[in-house]
Amino acid sequence: MIYFDNSATTKIEESVLQTYNAASLNYFGNPSSLHKLGLKAYELLETSRKQIAQLMGFKPYEVVFTSGGTEGNNWIIKGTAFKKREFGKHIITTSIEHPSVMNSMHQLEELGYEVTYLPVDKTGHVSAKDLKDAIRDDTILVSTMAVNNEIGSIQPIHEMARVLDDYPNISYHVDGTQAIGKNIDDKFIDPRVDFYTFSGHKFHAPRGIGFIYMKSGKQLEPLMAGGGQEKNLRSGTENTPAIAAMAKALRLLKDNEAQKADKMLKLKSELIEHIESLPNTHVFSKIADDFAPHIICFTIDGVRGETVVHTFEDRDIYISTTSACSSKKGLESSTLKAMSTPEKVATSAVRVSLDENNTEAEMKEFIKNLDQIHQHFQILN
Amino acid sequence: MEYTEIMVRYGELSTKGKNRKSFIDRLHGNVARVLKDYPDLRMRPHRDRLHIELNGVDAKPVMEKLKNVFGIQTFSLSVEVSKDFEDVKKKAIEMMHEAYKPGMSFKVGTKRSDHSYYLDTNQINLQLGDAICDEFPGIDVEMKRPDIKISVEVRQDGIYLSYLTIKGAGGLPVGTAGKAMLMLSGGIDSPVAGYYALKRGVDIEMVHFFSPPYTSEQALNKAKELTSKLTAFGGNIKFIEVPFAEIQETIKANVPEGYLMTIQRRFMLRLTDLLREKEHALAIFNGEAVGQVASQTLESMLAINDVTTTPILRPVATMDKTEIIRIAEKIDTFNLSIQPFEDCCTVFAPPSPKTRPNVEKTRKFESVLDIDGLIERSLAGVKITTIEHGDHFMESNQENINSLL
Repeated sequence: MIYFDNSATTKIEESVLQTYNAASLNYFGNPSSLHKLGLKAYELLETSRKQIAQLMGFKPYEVVFTSGGTEGNNWIIKGTAFKKREFGKHIITTSIEHPSVMNSMHQLEELGYEVTYLPVDKTGHVSAKDLKDAIRDDTILVSTMAVNNEIGSIQPIHEMARVLDDYPNISYHVDGTQAIGKNIDDKFIDPRVDFYTFSGHKFHAPRGIGFIYMKSGKQLEPLMAGGGQEKNLRSGTENTPAIAAMAKALRLLKDNEAQKADKMLKLKSELIEHIESLPNTHVFSKIADDFAPHIICFTIDGVRGETVVHTFEDRDIYISTTSACSSKKGLESSTLKAMSTPEKVATSAVRVSLDENNTEAEMKEFIKNLDQIHQHFQILN
Repeated sequence: MEYTEIMVRYGELSTKGKNRKSFIDRLHGNVARVLKDYPDLRMRPHRDRLHIELNGVDAKPVMEKLKNVFGIQTFSLSVEVSKDFEDVKKKAIEMMHEAYKPGMSFKVGTKRSDHSYYLDTNQINLQLGDAICDEFPGIDVEMKRPDIKISVEVRQDGIYLSYLTIKGAGGLPVGTAGKAMLMLSGGIDSPVAGYYALKRGVDIEMVHFFSPPYTSEQALNKAKELTSKLTAFGGNIKFIEVPFAEIQETIKANVPEGYLMTIQRRFMLRLTDLLREKEHALAIFNGEAVGQVASQTLESMLAINDVTTTPILRPVATMDKTEIIRIAEKIDTFNLSIQPFEDCCTVFAPPSPKTRPNVEKTRKFESVLDIDGLIERSLAGVKITTIEHGDHFMESNQENINSLL
């Protein structure tokens, strides 16, 4: 089996699962309980938080646990919109965001908020100038992803942050779900950013766990009201086993991060160079500083992405149409559409997404199969 | 670089004339107790310095511990070099490479106790300075405020080089100012009061009241753990646990509600004072801050203090809560103090205690109680333990947790 769909989700790491199991069995107390089983679980929870903060360069109290990327994005966007509604109802985002951002924006539009969707250029990048032009007196929030989940473009976070330096009252949220652990912290971690979203299952932690960064002094309206966990910000009994597992997964991820990214980049380059040598193909992901090392979005022209995915699947190779979240709906990629890619091309797009465990041999095997599949479908051209 | 020793400079004690020797002995003992987990260290106390030979021990954790010990002004990490001046140059340059960042200035400062050495102080300064300037072209020499100061000490047994001078905790060595009792509740304020007592060289003994089953074993352990935190500043501390449940129950049954708290506090003070006598201590410290709670108004202090003439020292009396919390965070007691266990003060706290108790009334309400009997039975149940640096009482899973993560 070759698993090249790591941006959809990653396989849980064996040792991370062991941590999950051990924490479930030995630290099952409710961290809020007064007795010692509760204290033990509380200690595990707070040590995990500390470890995550340390690995990310945050302060422990700036890390709040969530159920994952979708919750993080929903919460930061709606929580900010609700908290700051007296100050304005205008939000700026981009036209290539993940559905958890897009649909949160649509819900807010129904509640009377106005949303500006920044366009992207042909390579899938927004521009800081467009952001500057979109800012209004009543803008309360800017939300941009760090790495696009469909083509891997890295957005100019620092440039946008410098624009926002002049508007200290606007909250800045960056969705870092696809960016974490790809050795690009220097491209998307910026002191001007007020909120980040991260999701555990994108880096070999279990499903259903994630965390947000909430800069010291910033506020969010809670979406989960209840027992007052997470300093009254996010109620619900803490998912301690998953939190501990995520802390461990993040530690493993950050270990030799640069080397792992180099390895992925090498495989990515190999694949891109090869596809570019084939006729009737498009490649949207570039080998460049403003692209992440793990995502390759391409087409075999004339063949629907879905068909390509299933053809690979028959050979025990797993890739994806452009994003797992929308891939079952059969829509053409929204990022590619925003990049003004002709619809005919966009419907052919598929995505290969790597992780640090993928090997040279797997890529060789993949390329061999790609050649055969590509060759076969030339009858359509 | 492999450092060979830490050189500790004494604080205020240099001014203490005749008592000097006992001061140095105390400090030496306190340092030894705080560093007891490092048996390979060898300590040589001198008139004006304490030398700690590392013998291969990693200096970092040792320095972290030294930073807390009262009575130390500064300390530096130094390396012993042979008396061959070429060696001295080589090591000094190696040190500069460790310390230097572009734009920094430096100076060389030499002390020579071995007057037979063939170079004098000036020659050493100049020759070493030259060697460094050759190695780092364009480096500034700055006499008044250099970024890096290379200190050279020429002693009989060798030449010692150092560049890092680390600020110590200051204060006086614990024990040099006599002994006192500290009323330790488990809250935020009393450990801070204890810290200030230790800072002025007072050897404190903890008096902690506990009332099972109204208070939990965890509350007692928390007080012990707090004590353990305070051992960082001067070594072992005696911990005295005093049973208090019977007294609280009796007071509750016989005294008007508004005076419950005042009279409980009077009992605590009486017991502490009797323990003080037994332990040959000279004063009582507590963590009261004026006006913070009902028992800490000036009227309350007067009504409670009424039971003794022993000096009661309140180091945090005039501090704001935020200032106290800042110190508690600094001495690493804050996170422990805020752990939510009932202590004996909260369990029997009346809903609306008198903020202005009247001394006469207090005495009158109290007079119905068998004071002597209650005190005697409480004292009979006292338990005394010595808490050493590094002792732990809270069940901590940190090691297990760390292996899990």
